[in-house]
Amino acid sequence: MDGFPFLTAILLAPVAAALIMVFIPRDEGKLIKCIAAIGTFVSLALSLYVYFSYDQSVGGLQFVERIPWIRDLGVSWFMAVDGISLPMLLLTNLIGFAAVFASWNVNNRPREFFILFMLLVTGVMGTFIAHDLFIFLLFYEVVVIPIYIMVIIWGSSKRVTKEYAGMKLTIYLLIGSAFLLVGVIAMFMKSVGIMGHPDMSFTALAEAGKQLSAFDQKWLFGLMLFGFGSLISMWPFHSWSPDGYAGAPTAVSMIHAGVLKKIGGYGLIKIALVFMPLGAQFWAPVMAVLGVAGVTYAAFGALAQKDLKYIVGYSSVSHMGYVMLAIGSFNLIGINGAVANMFGHGVMAALFFSTIGFIYEKTHTRWIPDMGGLARQTPRLAVAFMLAAMASLGLPGLVTFIPEFTIFVGAFEVYGGLAVIGIAGIILTALYVLRAGANTLFGPPRDEYNHLEDIHGPEMVPLVVLGTVLVVGGLMPSLLFDMINSGAKDIMAHVADVLKIGGVL
Amino acid sequence: MQLDLSLIVPEIAVAVLALTVLIFGMIIPAKSRQGLGWFTAVTLLGVLGLVIAGWDNMGSLYGGLYVVDQYSQFFKVIFLVAAFLVVLGSTRYVDRHLGGQSEYYSLLLFATLGMMVMTSAGDFMTIYLGLELMTIAFVILVCFRRLESKSLEAGMKYVLLAGMSSAVLLYGLSLVYGITGSVVVSEVGGRLAEVGANPLLMLGLVMLLAGLGFKISAVPFHMWSPDIYEGAPTPITSYLAVGSKAASFAVLIRIFIVGMEGVALNWELLLALLAAVTIIVGNLVAIPQTNIKRLLAFSSIAQAGYILVGMVALDPEGGVKGIMFYGFLYVFATLGAFTVAAHFYNKTGSDEIKDYAGLAQRSPLMAAVMVIALLSMAGIPPLAGFVGKFYLFMNIVDNYLWLAFIGLVMSMVSVYYYLRVALVMYRNEPLDDTPIAVSGPVSVTLILTMVVTVFLGIYPGPLSEIVNSAAHSFFMH
Repeated sequence: MDGFPFLTAILLAPVAAALIMVFIPRDEGKLIKCIAAIGTFVSLALSLYVYFSYDQSVGGLQFVERIPWIRDLGVSWFMAVDGISLPMLLLTNLIGFAAVFASWNVNNRPREFFILFMLLVTGVMGTFIAHDLFIFLLFYEVVVIPIYIMVIIWGSSKRVTKEYAGMKLTIYLLIGSAFLLVGVIAMFMKSVGIMGHPDMSFTALAEAGKQLSAFDQKWLFGLMLFGFGSLISMWPFHSWSPDGYAGAPTAVSMIHAGVLKKIGGYGLIKIALVFMPLGAQFWAPVMAVLGVAGVTYAAFGALAQKDLKYIVGYSSVSHMGYVMLAIGSFNLIGINGAVANMFGHGVMAALFFSTIGFIYEKTHTRWIPDMGGLARQTPRLAVAFMLAAMASLGLPGLVTFIPEFTIFVGAFEVYGGLAVIGIAGIILTALYVLRAGANTLFGPPRDEYNHLEDIHGPEMVPLVVLGTVLVVGGLMPSLLFDMINSGAKDIMAHVADVLKIGGVL
Repeated sequence: MQLDLSLIVPEIAVAVLALTVLIFGMIIPAKSRQGLGWFTAVTLLGVLGLVIAGWDNMGSLYGGLYVVDQYSQFFKVIFLVAAFLVVLGSTRYVDRHLGGQSEYYSLLLFATLGMMVMTSAGDFMTIYLGLELMTIAFVILVCFRRLESKSLEAGMKYVLLAGMSSAVLLYGLSLVYGITGSVVVSEVGGRLAEVGANPLLMLGLVMLLAGLGFKISAVPFHMWSPDIYEGAPTPITSYLAVGSKAASFAVLIRIFIVGMEGVALNWELLLALLAAVTIIVGNLVAIPQTNIKRLLAFSSIAQAGYILVGMVALDPEGGVKGIMFYGFLYVFATLGAFTVAAHFYNKTGSDEIKDYAGLAQRSPLMAAVMVIALLSMAGIPPLAGFVGKFYLFMNIVDNYLWLAFIGLVMSMVSVYYYLRVALVMYRNEPLDDTPIAVSGPVSVTLILTMVVTVFLGIYPGPLSEIVNSAAHSFFMH
């Protein structure tokens, strides 16, 4: 295994697929889809291999590749994985692979669609394996433009037009990233002052962060919180999320809700928290309060919706509130819960969006009052829907249960009252999810849907892949938790270290 | 004193080339003058080779009157590359819409010569000489579509306004000369330190800034540029946006960072405010534009604002480096966008953004080049603009943090109007779906600009090292 650049290979497989597609005639839709599937499958297989051969007993960064990139900025092509980036990498590839099949019926300009999609998947993966701040930023924003183009061409206009949704999504994230960028640049310049030479690697910046003054840490963390927070749809910067997901084509909703917004949480933990522990400590209560506000606000929002995609859109804001609460609890259990919840929610949201995508393709509606009794006509779709719904409300035995439980344990220690409000959010979740399921799938079947064909062939892939992960992850949580814990405990050890120094000074 | 003429071989070559093209135009029959464009392009490459070959050959002539260092060589590379791409992209355009090939190429070369002189000029007189050479050549080029009233109007405006700005600049230079008794930039700095702050100097400084601000179209001296950019033949617009601006920045840097080093006046704050206003106004006014050339004009105003940011860097060497890096990538992004616009006009006769509908299906290459060029200007990674902005803004976070905020937030705002162009090209169905053929030389220009923009964004290392040594050489003397 040593020598072979696994991570770069994982990263470049979709790029290679995209390059091949450029040279294929535009009307060869089937061939293009097969190449997309192969490209994402290669990444998925390799990342599974990396996931299971990562040595948890050793921990730390493994599969390290490091090549100097821009010398005068101290940038290097620094690819590595630890216990936190690995689950996210795996998640990206699971969803990327599933999303190709969820888009199997895209027949309008398929070549452009899949080329953009491959770039999107590459960008998301890159953020999770880059351990150099500059390269991280490169990937962080690279995803914005493919998403915009995909939304305006292949999206759908419902409550808002797809042009509006696409632009809102883009501008929100870019403004957030502008503040993030200021924070990053300022952090970098301060680190140059501390270390005496430029080095953009996470490891070096984490060391430099130890000597940042408390004041600097606070304002820099604030900037990053705003940047990453708007990506993870932290309340009150969440409003792009329901509109954006509703306007986006299925594959984009899957990737976006499934992994892309998790970059926000990942960045908060791996970058903001590690570089500026004092800042994190200062902002932790704010994160917790905003998290709980997001949980309840978005849950009520979801209750009021009748469009399936809006319900899942709001529910994803609500679930990300739990992640914010967990990061805000500022302890090891909380971080474990946050990362695990991001993984669980990612799988669930992707399955949900792919199912809704299929329902919309077949019935041409997402409006709940127009549906009913689909369980009779399309039983497999109903299974997928219910599986996602149960995962959404955190049914024990599915991958989402234990993370939520962990989050509450972590939060309860610190913020008893907030945790109680957060737990109450689960009841609301159950309400809107079950209601949506009942009105869509059950009740008297409608005659106009008698002709519907159930999902079959390639369309089954998202259900099989994501459903398996939901169940296996639920039954064997240690597969996920041991991995995350091996990464989170290093991070919290570093944080405790810095706080101790800070206490003495 | 020994005159080392080897230092100015490229300048001599360009001058000879310009005259040669003019003479060729007289002896070659009108029908076969189309080859002149190719001839000019190829010889420009040769001159570029000369400059690169003389990269390490530094020195100064006539006691500091004419300075050849890597800083000026770098800018000369920018001008020559830009001239090469403009010539390559405009052969068809000139044959079809303009005529007068030999005059066109010859004037273009004279303008290039003017720019080269400007960057190397070490004293006020030489600076002015280069500036006027460039400006007068441009005036004629701007009204080269002599049968179109828009072009003539643009030419007239340019003559009047450029004349006025030159006058202001001269006035400023003469005031500084009056105070210091020297026209050599490197001596001025030391003398000014002895003089200290006085009102006369302040007046001179402001006039210098106004005169040069006109050339780089910084707000509030930008009013001319949208009209003239719109009226001029598109290849000339692109050269005006790239070459004239870069040369004026080279002068601005030399006068202010070398010449005003010791001044007690806080011109930095003035420049920072100028940069902020330029960035804000340029980006906001670009939003409602419906004509692609006007949109690009306002966006290039905003770009000038970003470049100005480098002037106020805490570490001047880092700032100059940022400016040079950004200047280099700005050339490729701007030329890519303008070449698409020129070619589109060539084929359809329109500059309106709404007519770009469905360009992605009519010519995927043109649409891709346009989007990549625009997004690079917006600073979206992994394109060159991102790295460029990183270099510019990293040097001001410690002294002008607010400017960094404004710059980065406004560059995200600029994505709004850039993406509107992308929206029209990608989403809208074409009104007329005949494919637009891209001829050989134009496609070379387009692909080159695109490849460079992407490459510099992903792997900026080599360029940043070149720029490093160039910026370093600037501060050596």
